[in-house]
Amino acid sequence: MLIIVQIILVAAVMVVSLALMRGGSNARHLAVRRILLMIFAVVAALSVFFPEALTRVAGFLGIGRGTDLVLYGAVVSLFVFMATTYQRFRHAENALTKLSRRIAIDEAEKPGQLS
Amino acid sequence: MYNEATVVGSVIEGLRKQFPHVVCVDDGSTDGSQEKARAAGAVVVQHPINLGQGAALQTGIEFALQDPELECIVTFDADGQHRVDDAMAMAERVKSGEAEIILGSRFLDDRTKLSAAKRLVLKTAAIQSRLATGMNLTDAHNGLRAFNPRVASNIHLTQNRMAHASELVNQLARLKPKYAEHPVEIIYTDYSKSKGQSLLNSVNIVAELFFK
Repeated sequence: MLIIVQIILVAAVMVVSLALMRGGSNARHLAVRRILLMIFAVVAALSVFFPEALTRVAGFLGIGRGTDLVLYGAVVSLFVFMATTYQRFRHAENALTKLSRRIAIDEAEKPGQLS
Repeated sequence: MYNEATVVGSVIEGLRKQFPHVVCVDDGSTDGSQEKARAAGAVVVQHPINLGQGAALQTGIEFALQDPELECIVTFDADGQHRVDDAMAMAERVKSGEAEIILGSRFLDDRTKLSAAKRLVLKTAAIQSRLATGMNLTDAHNGLRAFNPRVASNIHLTQNRMAHASELVNQLARLKPKYAEHPVEIIYTDYSKSKGQSLLNSVNIVAELFFK
């Protein structure tokens, strides 16, 4: 029984992470990510004051301790952060490449006009 | 080219004996390679910063496409690992209309000597690329290619670093030009060996392709 719950949980974590990672940079995905981050921060803060409550939620999910639940959440947010940062980096790199290429081609003498 | 001052001059002089127009894309070199290339008779197109081999290739293609009388583009590495004879023969095959793109392959004859490990990695890459694209190529990571303007204007490389070779094959698979391979020799000098990619770089290539 426990193993089934665990498999479902792992699958859910992967699906959610992928959805968040693939989300791209449009406003709605950004908003969803920010809301999830807020929820995660509040839960993490609450867990400091009410560790038993989180442990009860974790026990219900078959995870064991509340801290583990927070840990899993942290891992997911780390992945999402890595993926979005990477995407943003790629966009910036693309823009920079196009700009540099434009400068390079404009500065050089045109082909066909060579002696 | 990126910091190839010691060899780029002789490479371009060799090319200039056979080819009327040689474009050298400088990828932000800091060792005076630009002057060497210009002195040897190339038109130098200069990236203001270092971007990577794929970016340089795309810049060179876009620059050459500005020439309305363009018949054929040959891409040739600046470190002297290719042979001008091979490039000539490939350009002739494109100009004769035999194919729209001719890709160099070091595995079609036994001129090129390379280590067993390198051979294995390149062969594996070729098999992977064949399975993924259906294009029957034996050497996906060979920098010597010749193609006509139609192919050139349909190449849009966005992978700045080494993964551009696989990206190019993917784009060709979609474009479906008439293609052929040409046996070429890769000259592994001590210089090109010290500059060339280590086998570990194949890990980077796979990672860059995976995380588009």
